[in-house]
Amino acid sequence: MTRKQRRFTIIGVSLGVLGIAVALVLVALEDSIVFFYSPSDVVEKKIKPGTRFRLGGLVKDGSLKRGEGTKVEFAITDTDRVIKVTYDDILPDLFREGQGVITEGQLVGGGLFKADSVLAKHDENYMPREVADALKKKGVWQGEPGDAPKK
Amino acid sequence: MITEFGHFALVLALVVALVQMVLPIVGWVRRDDALISTAPPAALLQLALLTLAFLSLMYAFITSDFSVEVVWKNSHSAKPMLYKISGVWGNHEGSMVLWVLILALFGALVALFGRNLPPSLKSNALAVQASISVAFLLFILATSNPFTRLDPAPLDGRGLNPILQDPALAFHPPFLYAGYVGFSMAFSFAVAALIEGRIDAAWARWVRPWTLVAWMCLTIGISMGSWWAYYELGWGGWWFWDPVENASFMPWLAGTALLHSALVMEKRDALKVWTVLLAILTFSLSLLGTFLVRSGVLTSVHAFAVDPERGVFILAIMMLFIGGSLALFAWRAPLLKQGGIFAPISREGALVLNNLILTTAAASVLVGTLYPLVLESLTGDKISVGAPFFNMTFGPIMLPLLVAVPLGPLLAWKRGDLAKVMERLYWVTALAFIITVGCFAMIERGPWLAPFGMGLGLWLVGGALAEPAFRTRLFRAPMADVWHRAKGLPRSAYGTMFAHMGLGLTVLGIVATSAWQSEKVVSLKTGQAENIAGYKLVFGGVAPRSGPNYKEMVGLFTVTRGGALITRLHPSKRRYAVQKQGTTEAGIYNALLGDLYVVLGDQLDNGSYSVRIYFNPLVRLIWIGTLFMFLGGMFSLSDRRLRIGAPKRATLPAAPVAAE
Repeated sequence: MTRKQRRFTIIGVSLGVLGIAVALVLVALEDSIVFFYSPSDVVEKKIKPGTRFRLGGLVKDGSLKRGEGTKVEFAITDTDRVIKVTYDDILPDLFREGQGVITEGQLVGGGLFKADSVLAKHDENYMPREVADALKKKGVWQGEPGDAPKK
Repeated sequence: MITEFGHFALVLALVVALVQMVLPIVGWVRRDDALISTAPPAALLQLALLTLAFLSLMYAFITSDFSVEVVWKNSHSAKPMLYKISGVWGNHEGSMVLWVLILALFGALVALFGRNLPPSLKSNALAVQASISVAFLLFILATSNPFTRLDPAPLDGRGLNPILQDPALAFHPPFLYAGYVGFSMAFSFAVAALIEGRIDAAWARWVRPWTLVAWMCLTIGISMGSWWAYYELGWGGWWFWDPVENASFMPWLAGTALLHSALVMEKRDALKVWTVLLAILTFSLSLLGTFLVRSGVLTSVHAFAVDPERGVFILAIMMLFIGGSLALFAWRAPLLKQGGIFAPISREGALVLNNLILTTAAASVLVGTLYPLVLESLTGDKISVGAPFFNMTFGPIMLPLLVAVPLGPLLAWKRGDLAKVMERLYWVTALAFIITVGCFAMIERGPWLAPFGMGLGLWLVGGALAEPAFRTRLFRAPMADVWHRAKGLPRSAYGTMFAHMGLGLTVLGIVATSAWQSEKVVSLKTGQAENIAGYKLVFGGVAPRSGPNYKEMVGLFTVTRGGALITRLHPSKRRYAVQKQGTTEAGIYNALLGDLYVVLGDQLDNGSYSVRIYFNPLVRLIWIGTLFMFLGGMFSLSDRRLRIGAPKRATLPAAPVAAE
């Protein structure tokens, strides 16, 4: 095999691998990304039931209710709109009323959001960045991400 | 007083680093040996000063001197000693001091042990290393000074985030940083070689041990982080494709590729330009990792102590070094001569495939990590890219590499014979086949791909053993003869064996636990029982208990199997008084075939508790595999080829060493 053939083989294999990788990445970006919406976004963009997305905001004070077994119900608000959330699992340690939270799941009709995961951050003072931005847009909160929400 | 002393040492270290950055290069340009020889002593002095600075910061933490701002923010007098010490790097400022300390440590090690390096290459590499020090010391002094005082001093501190008060996490950052920063050495050597405009096989031999040390530390660091996430976060998972995890995983992938391409360069004098580029890319990914973790631009489950303004500074440093080194590469790389011809089917060919796939995989992780940032800045849409993306891209990309790993070491250099290699692997192939069929027959549920995954893992483990078995003529020669040959094999052969075996074990663990994990969320009253994976768990209620700086509620679980008592598990929910914050401690029982993992949830209205139970089959193989990889690194590092007899810079390809 000559030098030229060898080089063509290597370039050919490389392009093949890269092509497949690019195709995989594009397909995956099409199918598997999840958008973040605040409660106002959900209403304004008329998100349809069945679409997976992340819903974030503050856990509304006094909204946490325990149901049968491990079921819980709470409401997420950006102080403008409120969306009710159901969840059937253990809530994270840092989940608290009045604090920032992000949940992932889908709308199930009647404006109810069924979450299959609830993310609360490690840090007591932490405000998820998406939530902070969403609240800033509403003019509710002026701090930097990472700060405690001003009461 | 000691704090001011440390502050002063930090400033002096910056001055020394400036000298170490400038003088050797000036000396090299003017051909002045006196100036060139300033680099090693400067590197040692810089390490000494940074050690002093670091120790004075540690002193402030140990003596709980709350007049120092970082101590007040991150420590508390009632904290156990281990966490007072680990608190030094459990915050942004201290962790950056640790970062430059490790940087200086690597520089000093080169200054001390690089005796057989050509003086100009050594001093230029140290100068490049010093320029990184200068950038980061400026960053520390300008934006994150750990020695800032508070007046008046508060009475007590705010304490370390309780979730970080954990032995594995106390040592996770130093290992991770040693990995990140260790790749700076390969980077500095690469840039020095580009400055000189010449490079040969000996270069790879000088660079490999430093890269290997960095790679080993990074392997252990990532593994510790994953182990911590597994037992501390209480989600039963071990990897979340979280941006901060990816930040450490990308340099690991590139570093693994670098280790393999340096091998080709050392043995065959080929792939020189590529190896230099890879050294630059690996460290660039380390800088990117530092940026992602420290700036908080990405939402992450692991991001602590973040600050967007500091991010801009690190972004500037990153741009400067990545841009500068790539520009230098574009300018000087054509000077580097290529050598070593090889056929596509050969050891070199296999290593090129390894590099191709590892870098492509790293690129796909990069896309997934940065895509949310790019999309948000372009369209304002906020998205998250999670596990589904990486399962669809990273997995399929890596698959051909995993299949090829056992073949590589058995192929001859220059031109290999695939049929002969397969002949040597026939029993491994048979074994992998039997396991695949066995998994199909024995396990009914789970994805249909999983049995193939188990076969693949076994193919890797068996394939790793095949090469030394073949070379020692195991089962084909008398035992004494085999023993003699086994002693004669170079340590690097065992290094390859252990590292590749580790990869196989990790694959087995990943496949088994992803495919066959069982999970249950239930509400239990005292006395109620729940079954999972053949085990019966009886809930015996909850009891309070106090630790040194926390109080906890402990759940009592009695685990039986077929009526026989197996163990008692005590998962708990802790409450740390100082931070008013809770953590979840999982109760984990390590059975032969997997982990029984119990998490205690909240008390429900009717007096019962919510409980989450997992059975994670073979999950520990994931971390055992990484230990094997580390062990492989140790063997390779102890190979005599890397310790002694480094050849003179030759214009000819370096002579092959005996026992090859």
